[in-house]
Amino acid sequence: MIRFDRVIARYPRASRPAVDGVSFDVPRGVITAIAGPNGSGKSTLVRALLGRVPLAGGAIFVDGDDVAQLERRELARRVAVVSQREEPAFPVSVRDYVALGRHPHTPLWGGADPNAEASIAKAITDAEVSPFVDRTTDELSGGEWQRVRIARALAQDARALVLDEPTTYLDIAHEMAAFELLDALARRDQAVLVVSHQLNLIARFAHRVVLLHRGTVAAAGPPGDVMRGDVLEQVYEWPLVVTRDPAVGAPALLPLRSRRKP
Amino acid sequence: MSDAFSRGLLWGVLIGAVAMAVLLGLAVGPVPLSPSEAWAALRGVGDVTSVAIMQDIRAPRVALAALVGSALAMSGAALQGTLRNALAEPYLLGVSGGAAVGAVVAVALRAPFGVVPIGAFGGAVGAVILVLAIARAGGSRPDPRILLMAGVVVGAFANAVIMIALASSPPDTTRNALWWMMGSVAAATWVHVAWLAVYVAVAGGVLLTFAPEIDVLALGDDAAAGLGVNVERAGRRAYVVASLLAAATVAAAGLVGFVGLVVPHLVRARAGRGHRAVIAAAGLAGAALVIAADLVARTLRAPNELPLGAITALGGVPFFLAQLRRLR
Repeated sequence: MIRFDRVIARYPRASRPAVDGVSFDVPRGVITAIAGPNGSGKSTLVRALLGRVPLAGGAIFVDGDDVAQLERRELARRVAVVSQREEPAFPVSVRDYVALGRHPHTPLWGGADPNAEASIAKAITDAEVSPFVDRTTDELSGGEWQRVRIARALAQDARALVLDEPTTYLDIAHEMAAFELLDALARRDQAVLVVSHQLNLIARFAHRVVLLHRGTVAAAGPPGDVMRGDVLEQVYEWPLVVTRDPAVGAPALLPLRSRRKP
Repeated sequence: MSDAFSRGLLWGVLIGAVAMAVLLGLAVGPVPLSPSEAWAALRGVGDVTSVAIMQDIRAPRVALAALVGSALAMSGAALQGTLRNALAEPYLLGVSGGAAVGAVVAVALRAPFGVVPIGAFGGAVGAVILVLAIARAGGSRPDPRILLMAGVVVGAFANAVIMIALASSPPDTTRNALWWMMGSVAAATWVHVAWLAVYVAVAGGVLLTFAPEIDVLALGDDAAAGLGVNVERAGRRAYVVASLLAAATVAAAGLVGFVGLVVPHLVRARAGRGHRAVIAAAGLAGAALVIAADLVARTLRAPNELPLGAITALGGVPFFLAQLRRLR
């Protein structure tokens, strides 16, 4: 569904590319995860997909079409993105905010969007934001706000969903609920790409993990192959052990105290 | 009270306020006219003096005040959303400074009176281009914060030019230029009204058409890009159109401060439902406010006129403070 093909992206005035020759596929029906230390190029890949960072090489394809050639509204109808940070300049009601997900479907020159009401209602139900749908965006807890943002992406009715650290502000229950929601969406044949630091959750939910290190792919494959102690220790430059999750047998990561003595 | 009801009420109140302001603006003056007399005079019926007062003085004055207020408020509402900044308004973005330089230079060069508005408009457009150029120099896309800073810097530069021009001009020139910088619709003619009406119709129409894009831009660049908006193009379009709208008011009536900043905030929380409603509501509220301010300006110390820009600021500040307290 989404294919990153030898993508090279460099910010202006940066000495080296933020992403340097990264290739991987994001198929329908499963969750694909991007992990890696801070500054390893995870968010840059998401921004490159949106055309916010110019590509210095390679290409990104959605359904076989080069993103660079695709009309922006068409891209937004195919791929919905929940970016890492976002704050509306002026508070709006949760319902109006979710309705903004219909923007790529709504013609500017009059004309209605026949699916708007149904899509918005479904997004509000699926992301479980109905209890606070009449509040404004400045009256939400961090967790509620993340779910409202996911609801807006769902209202976009895209076949692919990309989320950049969607569970950053969520407690354990909401974090699990968010991943369960992504899992359910993937089972409905959506393509789901999630950027996350939560390696243990990725190990349980993702079908494939792409581990980035300084803009290149350090390892890619099923969680069991990627989450090996030696690989992670080298990428994160921190001592850790990988054990087994007692519930499902997925790899589980335990960071250790620093070996260096102060 | 349901949302639909309170929004219906808002539109009712705004339209009522404009109608009331227009009525008062036409009826009140050195020669008081009853509403029926005013209506008759407007249609050219009644004694010659009343008809002349109405058709040549009061009606164009009220119409110009309405258009100036409407244009400034719509411009401010669009700029605040586009630049994601509650302080954004056309005057902060260099329009007023550029226009003032243009006007003061025209006055100092002893240009005929009719040329001053053209100088003001040219100065405003020049400032907008300069601000965009400065903002773009920092990178390929104009960052809203850099755009605001560029506006403030261009404004400061314009102030310096004005001070030098005024310091080296004879007193009568200085007085003319100062009066113009304080804003006034006293010299309104139907020609002014017709010109500004064209600007308000075209630029206001563009802003209202693209208002859904402003809703999305207000979420931030990355989110807007994710929703299929060409962030650079949409932002530049809103900025240029809103600035031109403000520049047109400056050419017609000088600098009428505070309307572009305050009126959008007064309606924003109540209009809800995105910038199409906010811009339209700001247009109505701005019209009512400037007609009323002009009424105060010409009646409070009649037969002397007070500067319109001073009245809008005097009235606007307490309004604004009350609004701030409510938000706390």
